[in-house]
Amino acid sequence: MNPRTRTSRTMTLLRRDAAGYAFIAPWLLGFLLLTAGPMAVSVYLSGTSWTMLSSPFPVGLSNYSAILSDDPLFVTSLLNTLYYVAFAVPLGLLISLSLALLLHQRVKGIGVFRTLFFLPSITNLVAISMLWLWIFNPEYGLLNGILSLAGIRGPLWLQSEAWAKPSLILMSLWGVGGTMMVFLAALQGIPEELYEAANLDGAGRFRRFLHITLPMISPAMLFNLTMGIIGSFQVFTQAYVMTGTAQPGSEGGPNNATLFVVLYLYKKAFQEFRMGYASALAWILFALILAVTLLQLRMAKRWVHYEAGEQ
Amino acid sequence: MARPSQWETLLASAGRYAVSYGILIVLGAVFMLPLLWMLSVSVQDAEGVFAQPFQWVPEHPRWENFRDAVTVFPFGRYLANTAIITAAVVLFTLLSSSLVAYGFSRMRFHGRDLLFAICLSTMMLPGQVTMIPLYVAYARLGWIDTWYPLIVPALFGSPFYIFLLRQFFLTIPREYDEAALLDGAGKLRIYWSIILPLARPALATVALFSFVGTWNDFFGPLIYINTPEKATLTLGLQMLKAQIVGTGTVQWHILMAASLLVMVPNVIVFFLAQKHFIRGLQMGGLRG
Repeated sequence: MNPRTRTSRTMTLLRRDAAGYAFIAPWLLGFLLLTAGPMAVSVYLSGTSWTMLSSPFPVGLSNYSAILSDDPLFVTSLLNTLYYVAFAVPLGLLISLSLALLLHQRVKGIGVFRTLFFLPSITNLVAISMLWLWIFNPEYGLLNGILSLAGIRGPLWLQSEAWAKPSLILMSLWGVGGTMMVFLAALQGIPEELYEAANLDGAGRFRRFLHITLPMISPAMLFNLTMGIIGSFQVFTQAYVMTGTAQPGSEGGPNNATLFVVLYLYKKAFQEFRMGYASALAWILFALILAVTLLQLRMAKRWVHYEAGEQ
Repeated sequence: MARPSQWETLLASAGRYAVSYGILIVLGAVFMLPLLWMLSVSVQDAEGVFAQPFQWVPEHPRWENFRDAVTVFPFGRYLANTAIITAAVVLFTLLSSSLVAYGFSRMRFHGRDLLFAICLSTMMLPGQVTMIPLYVAYARLGWIDTWYPLIVPALFGSPFYIFLLRQFFLTIPREYDEAALLDGAGKLRIYWSIILPLARPALATVALFSFVGTWNDFFGPLIYINTPEKATLTLGLQMLKAQIVGTGTVQWHILMAASLLVMVPNVIVFFLAQKHFIRGLQMGGLRG
């Protein structure tokens, strides 16, 4: 190849690259300005004590050590969050899968039921929080009204330290429609022949479910589990809107029973303006989510079934 | 083993049918009960809310509550604010995400696959990590208490939508591009007049997700907006609730009516575009 064609080849390649980068420029710019840059700044801030008033004062790792060893409220918020994740995620999966199985039948009018179960999940979370705030009202709410029909004196729900978290978990189960739809799509993607073959082998309903349905929907299960864990670790709006009194700073009550990590972070950052401390909290939350997600993906290799040829 | 007679099979399947319907109806009622109750509370009068036992269908439903709800807080203003912000975000998201998706699916350039992997991996990053530096940066720009922090990021595309659109673009046969190329069309022209029209279903899905995400957003308005007149519906509703809990000037039936009104656009959009919703969820779920 003579040098001339080589240069022109390089030129074409360069031009090709330039055109490609021009198309992805919005994202690339956004990545630098809205993700990578802020991440770097966040690392820096987490090593300072900064309240937006003076210039940041470097304090090394002391924010991290203070959070991990000397902050009882952080421990409370962490335990609250783990409690929420540990119940909301598995119960949500169980209920959404059960609903999807029910909807995966060829009966008339199934579309109406699909809509009924899906609808709550796309409505406005703040508006839903208002509704449930009143549903949970101990005296006039729907829930205790129903319980009293059965002669049960219902608990104080959001106003009770023991029942506040279960209340929010119960409310979250009403919004499992999206998860349910992912399961339903997976169920509808299972080839009919598999069941027919199993029928010929004399497999009963339970064995068909265990050996065909569950393995075939395991990728959808993994997706829903991952999304559920990541989303539940970041629970915020319900706790902010529904708990505490009118006093700013009282969110997360009673007695910090619904103080979740993101709510705690929000208070540190936007009520106390302790930006350095809050940045360190954000990285600890990130590390936590990452660790749980990776652990879960590692374990997934044992139970998620992928068809040959599919990736 | 004796074979079951035709009658027996028919009876068994009819029985199963009835059981399925029974369970579906009971569960459907359980799921709808909160919304029905919300509607009932929102047409009670001030005493009816606290009546024992509660009257599900009041003798004189107070539909005026909805009128009161839109006057007790500037509902029309918040609706307009939310609509403007949402329209801008959806438009910008569609443009930027589709451009980037075109680049990742149709162009060849050095580092493309690595950059796409980075793009996907940023979906894992929780927003809390970048939230504080971004807040500080917007504060420096003088953007606090403006809509800029809510709208401008949409100009840079969103990884999830880029991913969805790229996957869809990959299913569009290359022959279309090549035919247009022979006719002398440039890359930008192919993107605009060939790919975008063919990708309408995927664009609709992205528009819908972006609409719902922006319309329902609470955290963004909460930290960036201070002046009540600039608030969105979600923030406005929260402020109305704070007023009730704090001063008791607004009553629960009015708050329920207001909350119901805030939900209405979601429900309308849902019924108009149910198909796209389900498609989008399934695209995300099956490939993710």
